Amino acid sequence: MARITAGVGCSHVPAIGVAMDTKITDQPYWQPVFKGFEKSREWMKEKNPDVIFLVYNDHCTAFDASCIPTFALGAAAEFKPADEGWGPRPVPVVKNHQKMASHIAQSLVLDEFDITIMNEMEVDHGLTVPLSVMYGDMGPDDEWPALVIPLAVNVVQYPAPTGNRCYNLGKAIRKAVESYEEDLNVVIFGTGGMSHQLQYKRAGLINAEWDKRFLDLLTEDPVYASKIPHVEYLREAGSEGVEMVMWHVMRGALDDEVIEVHRHYHVPASNTAVGHIILENKAA
Amino acid sequence: MEKEYEDIPGTFVFDADRSREGYHLNQFCISLRLQKNRDEFNADEEAYLDKYPMKPEQRDAVLKRDWNRLLELGGNIYYTSKLAANDGINFQNLAGLMTGMGVEAYRDMMLHGGRSIEGNRYKSEWSED
Repeated sequence: MARITAGVGCSHVPAIGVAMDTKITDQPYWQPVFKGFEKSREWMKEKNPDVIFLVYNDHCTAFDASCIPTFALGAAAEFKPADEGWGPRPVPVVKNHQKMASHIAQSLVLDEFDITIMNEMEVDHGLTVPLSVMYGDMGPDDEWPALVIPLAVNVVQYPAPTGNRCYNLGKAIRKAVESYEEDLNVVIFGTGGMSHQLQYKRAGLINAEWDKRFLDLLTEDPVYASKIPHVEYLREAGSEGVEMVMWHVMRGALDDEVIEVHRHYHVPASNTAVGHIILENKAA
Repeated sequence: MEKEYEDIPGTFVFDADRSREGYHLNQFCISLRLQKNRDEFNADEEAYLDKYPMKPEQRDAVLKRDWNRLLELGGNIYYTSKLAANDGINFQNLAGLMTGMGVEAYRDMMLHGGRSIEGNRYKSEWSED
């Protein structure tokens, strides 16, 4: 059967993608950001997942204001990197495990998570930047080493789904994966964050203390972490910091007790605190 | 519905009320995601804007690139950033403009750990807003 062996939490700052695409990762500004992913890239090689279940948010790219699904699962055969206003990122097309994605979609709906199914979708930096930081440089003619099942979560229009809902969705995703008969190694990504505010007069807000506490709780007390109310993210971690609810999907899909194998935290990347964590199930 | 987030200073939470108010403005902004639309807009801004039934003050804020006014009128940052991108302004430089700090001072603040949470949690801690 398929099984989820590990989870990755990871920021998806667009400027990180731009830094990789324009080959400036060695500049003093970017060097410490990427240094923290060196171990992660080794870990990915070793872990070598067959499938990545990637939880991210679309930034008004595939979805405009006309349609705002809370949870949208990608069931298409492939997902092209989108033009977000500055040209598509020069990275590989993302290939799905289509049969498994459909199985998960069915299982989730029968489990009373009424998700939207996307049979056509382009993907933005929210999905491709985590793949880039974890795998390193890949050109448009390369192939990502794993198949990717995308789950887009609305965090643009208030309210995003609650942390608790995300955590429980993670549990339902695990159940769906474990009822798929093919023997597959699945790693789940929760992306976005950490503290950041992109807009208006409070832009630039960073709350490193809060972020670090969030990472601690995610590892040690995920149920408590999943109860953090939206207003706390908005006030303490910035209006765009609410993206962190997506990390609870990842955490919910893992064992109650996990091993934290890697953590990286750095300020700044553009407007944002970069956070990254790798958690493994003990039995994995 | 109670809005317990309304007392956060210098912040717009993009809720359903804001989404309704800013709908046509935001749909205009996202149309600039595509090169053919950027070309058309850049060739004749007024003519392109005629396609979107936004309020005159929203249209005015677009033409003036009044980034904060766009947010006050229901724009959302992920949408207005497409207009900024069209103008060659990235997220960080846009933040420099919206905060009134200017691009250099803003970048410098971020390099020194960003804007502190202390004194920035509640409107009562700010002299304005």
